[in-house]
Amino acid sequence: MIEDKELMVEMLRRMLCIRYFDEQAVELVQRGELVGAVHAYIGEEAVAVGACLALRDNDYMTGNHRSHGHPIAKGGDVRRAMAELLGKSTGYCKGKGGSMHLADFSIGILGESGILASALPVAVGAALATKIRGEKRVVAAFFGDGASNEGTCHETMNLAAIWKLPVIFVCENNQYAVTTRFTEVVATPNICDRAAAYNIPGVLVDGQDVVAMYEAVSEAVERARLGLGPSLIEGRTYRYQDHSEGLRRIVRDPYRAEEEIAYWRTRDPILLQRNRLMEMKMASEAEIALMEAAERARIAEALQFARQSPYPAPEEVFDDLFSNPIPIDRS
Amino acid sequence: MAVITFADALNQAIKEEMRRDKSVFIMGESIRGGIYGVTGGLSQEFEAMRVLDTPLSESAFMGAAVGAAAVGLRPIISSLSSFYWVAMDQMVSQAAKMTYMFGGQVRLPIVYRAGMTYGNNIAAHHSDRPHPMFMNMPGLKIVMPTTPADAKGLLKTAIRDDDPVIFFEDNTLMGARGDVPEDMDFLIPFGVADVKQAGTDVTVVALGGMLPRALAAAVQLKGEGISVEVVDPRTLVPLDKQAILDSVAKTGRLVVVDMAHKTCSAASEIAAMVSQEGFWNLRAPIQRVASLNVHFPFSPALEKLVFPNEEKIIAAVKRTLE
Ligand SMILES: Cc1ncc(C[n+]2csc(CCOP(=O)(O)OP(=O)(O)O)c2C)c(N)n1
Ligand SMILES: [Mg+2]
Repeated sequence: MIEDKELMVEMLRRMLCIRYFDEQAVELVQRGELVGAVHAYIGEEAVAVGACLALRDNDYMTGNHRSHGHPIAKGGDVRRAMAELLGKSTGYCKGKGGSMHLADFSIGILGESGILASALPVAVGAALATKIRGEKRVVAAFFGDGASNEGTCHETMNLAAIWKLPVIFVCENNQYAVTTRFTEVVATPNICDRAAAYNIPGVLVDGQDVVAMYEAVSEAVERARLGLGPSLIEGRTYRYQDHSEGLRRIVRDPYRAEEEIAYWRTRDPILLQRNRLMEMKMASEAEIALMEAAERARIAEALQFARQSPYPAPEEVFDDLFSNPIPIDRS
Repeated sequence: MAVITFADALNQAIKEEMRRDKSVFIMGESIRGGIYGVTGGLSQEFEAMRVLDTPLSESAFMGAAVGAAAVGLRPIISSLSSFYWVAMDQMVSQAAKMTYMFGGQVRLPIVYRAGMTYGNNIAAHHSDRPHPMFMNMPGLKIVMPTTPADAKGLLKTAIRDDDPVIFFEDNTLMGARGDVPEDMDFLIPFGVADVKQAGTDVTVVALGGMLPRALAAAVQLKGEGISVEVVDPRTLVPLDKQAILDSVAKTGRLVVVDMAHKTCSAASEIAAMVSQEGFWNLRAPIQRVASLNVHFPFSPALEKLVFPNEEKIIAAVKRTLE
């Protein structure tokens, strides 16, 4: 158990921030203010927060399509994230990326990929760079249970293992890929069992327990910094929302029981950490209420910032295609 | 100046740039053993971490180049064109799109060396010339040198460029010899075509290994009183449109020779561009000479039918004069 009260409270704070951010995003989709796809992270917050708090500020991370939580957990700016969701020029990617593609290279958030497992080689490449330069940075690479079946996933784990690269592969096993349960499509009982094939540690963690995630990832980070190579951490978790907002209109057949969702809500990561803080006398109910209000206000302010921000101008459409620009046909 | 081969010119470019800039490193399959000549000597000269033999995992290492570049290194990838299919997601979803999609936050100085080995009886799986497919994908720069000097100058420019560059090396040219400058800063800018031979009657734009064939065709046509101007675009993205349009303005006739399959080839793009922007200078329909729209068959009896040769170029030039 963790003695550091400040850290324990920060865990709850970041989870609240992610929860409110995503609740806001879902509402914006429902109201039609946010266009395109949104994959909510609600229920899974402990995985990103536990993992990212085990990193240093100059460590790197990569995310996936369900990735509002990862950059917020890594210390990203919710205003720029919200502005990006609304396609505004003040967004992280000046409105070119949207919900699935937040990135903040200034604090090591190397981007998120809408293509499953596609960012894993990027993570491994960043780790390779740190090794070539003799730095001590590590990389956390987040991916889902569904993505674990992509061939790229196996290639990158093997590559990271043979070169002993400082990567922490964090599999967020929320047990479904859209509507397909992982037990139907993964040959081993746990995804972390595959670590044996790459001769690296594989650890199954209660992904609803932010402290357990923090501890498991911290151990992997320490190994990585010592030059002992990558680890595979499987955070067993659950998503409450459908795969993406508005999916219910497409997927009409039930694929999971209401009781299952109800059960996992009793293991809500925020609830668990909240109770723990109170039990350990690290925070009072009143202090937590204040923190909740502050995080809600932060999200409200971010939304206001995003709403007031301008859309990108039409002439920006060709911007940033290249770093060293070349003439291109603009007709 | 020294007369060296195309392969040695590439080797020189890589060595010089690796000496000049510590952030340059190279990786690929069995490159430490100097496979294909081009990477010869690198493992002897540079630290092990800068000359990496990878597992046969193209997605992993071609994508790792993106990650390494994103945090400030300048990777060079060595592979063959046909193996890029295996890593296509990394090339497209990551290398090509990342800078734009993340709003210009990241520079990706990567050189993807892509050898093309068509025409030597190695059958369809190893004979790809996929440059047009990559031209269709914004965010990639595409280079295809024809002479040893161009190979060196363009590769050095590619390594110093801050964007992903696919550097197509036509293996039919590897043994070609030519004068190559020894200057450390011998750079050939992207987007500047080179008129490899001046002429007045017909413009022939020829890519990579098509260039020697076009020059040979030009010699033969000269004997028949036809003066051919041979233009080498050198880079396809960016394309030196003006050089091609200027040549067509002079000759009024255009033949484009491309080793890719004809449909949606680079030749198609160049033909479309000239018909849109140089139409009033044309005196005859544009001719595309490209590989047939079929896979490369193994049998020597069949393979030679598929890709462009001197005869096909000569016939196309004559069609513009009918
Ligand atoms: C290569 C690829 N195949 C399919 C999809 C469509 N798709 C998007 S998310 C998703 C499910 C992913 O499941 P998982 O990896 O478990 O992540 P989760 O959505 O559960 O967080 C699918 C099939 C995709 N984006 N990329
Ligand atoms: Mg899942």
